[in-house]
Amino acid sequence: MTATNTAMVAKYQNNFLQEVEANVEEGDWVKMCMQCGVCAGSCPLGNAWEHPPQEIFMMIRAGKREEVLSSESMWMCTSCYNCIVRCPRELPITHIMHGLANYAHRLGIAHKKNPTRRFAKIFWNNISKSGRVNELSLSIKLYFMDGIVSGIKKGLQMMGVGLGLVKTGRLDPMALISHKGIKDTKGLQAMLKKANEIEDKRKGYAS
Amino acid sequence: MAKKEYSFYPGCSSERKASASNYMVSVESMCKTLDIQLNEIPDWNCCGASIGYAEGGELPRHTLNARNIALSEKHNANQDIVATCAACWLGTKETQERLSHSEQMLADTKESLKEAGLENDYKGEVPIRHMVEVLIEDFGYEALGKPVTKPLQGIKIAGYVGCQTNRPFGVDGESFENPKYLDKLVETMGAEPVENYDQKVTCCGGALAFSEPEKSQVQIKKIIESAYDHGAEMIVTPCPVCQMNVEVYQDQINKTYGTKFKIPVTYYSQLMAVAYGSNAKEAGLNGNIVRAPQLEEIAAK
Ligand code: SF4
Ligand code: SF4
Ligand code: SF4
Ligand code: SF4
Repeated sequence: MTATNTAMVAKYQNNFLQEVEANVEEGDWVKMCMQCGVCAGSCPLGNAWEHPPQEIFMMIRAGKREEVLSSESMWMCTSCYNCIVRCPRELPITHIMHGLANYAHRLGIAHKKNPTRRFAKIFWNNISKSGRVNELSLSIKLYFMDGIVSGIKKGLQMMGVGLGLVKTGRLDPMALISHKGIKDTKGLQAMLKKANEIEDKRKGYAS
Repeated sequence: MAKKEYSFYPGCSSERKASASNYMVSVESMCKTLDIQLNEIPDWNCCGASIGYAEGGELPRHTLNARNIALSEKHNANQDIVATCAACWLGTKETQERLSHSEQMLADTKESLKEAGLENDYKGEVPIRHMVEVLIEDFGYEALGKPVTKPLQGIKIAGYVGCQTNRPFGVDGESFENPKYLDKLVETMGAEPVENYDQKVTCCGGALAFSEPEKSQVQIKKIIESAYDHGAEMIVTPCPVCQMNVEVYQDQINKTYGTKFKIPVTYYSQLMAVAYGSNAKEAGLNGNIVRAPQLEEIAAK
């Protein structure tokens, strides 16, 4: 439990909907959901969602804060946009799912083991440092995120894929040293730092 | 036809020795034939992709994309921004839309851009387009067919459209359920589109192919199986993520499910390059892990 989380609980008391509206990307749309159920059947990894989007919206209104924010469900979103083009109320469902995931992660109460959360974190660190994806370092960190033994095992499973990419010139085995990224990394990092500060202030994360 | 110029956003995967470097090679050949000049956005950065959201908040993500738009509007003034990756295109377009609808978000983004000296360069006015839109809208199928010197006769190709060129914005006003633009491109190049390919807009799992491989491979299996079931000898895609996901896990899927998948997965630009007379190298065919012998044969003629 983080201090930010405690502060948010205190600030919004039992009004989770209000909290979502204020802090989650596109959260002010949640109240527009009419529970028609169309989106519930839209997610490609459907049976991996303990609570489909429709249910998540209902739970937000019912104030089930813990259950929603610690859920693994929204981490199953593949950004396929099936839901968005089908929803009769035009809710930006994809973005709300990303927003909920981001918010839970920020508060430190997101699902701990979820691989997509951890991958997304590695990915963001990867690009915010150099400005561009270093595919080699990204995949190495991904495979080794559970430790060295499991990393070697996964690495071996993926060896065929990796070798295929290297052989066809689509993965540079030297990229750990040679990957350059953009020129103005300083400007980029300063810009992202600023954006983070502003967002923290707007959302009341900053003290 | 006069030369057409665009401001080009290649995206990380199209960099040299990155996973879609062969896409880039074929795009260059295709553009040469069509007399398209792509002016790369100087010092462009990653779009944050659809997976940046956990650690990157809303504003940082929009700021990343806004930097590219600002750089483009500054250096390649008045040129449409063109992306070859569906995720880059979508991400950039979404940022432009969001900033045009929220003054607060726009002001905050500009304040952040100031740190990179670009606060006065973001206008958000140029159209942001995917390469296939450029082909279809600025050229049209008829004009695209004209330079064909080696029609891809007799090859049956399944057009795998996937998600992000199709939803939420779509290409050329086509339906979300059954977009036809890849089929039409295939036909224009003299090959045979696979009609009734019922998994053409099924999601492959996207970035979750890395983090949730088993779950995503169920999707990929459906996509490939349906292509085979409808007689396809090859799959064509408009996006480097789709291409990679559908191509590179075939061996793993075969191991898990006892299938015998070995279907080439190509880019529309590779089909076009070959039909326009490029050799295998110019069409990036040596970059396909599952080789495409039918295309190689035509390219060698
Ligand atoms: S489709 Fe839209 S309105 Fe229907 S349940 Fe889902 S979010 Fe609510
Ligand atoms: S975008 Fe996400 S929430 Fe929407 S249908 Fe796809 S997986 Fe489900
Ligand atoms: S979508 Fe992928 S390849 Fe394109 S810029 Fe973003 S991260 Fe890089
Ligand atoms: S099909 Fe897969 S890679 Fe292509 S756009 Fe959809 S999720 Fe992304």
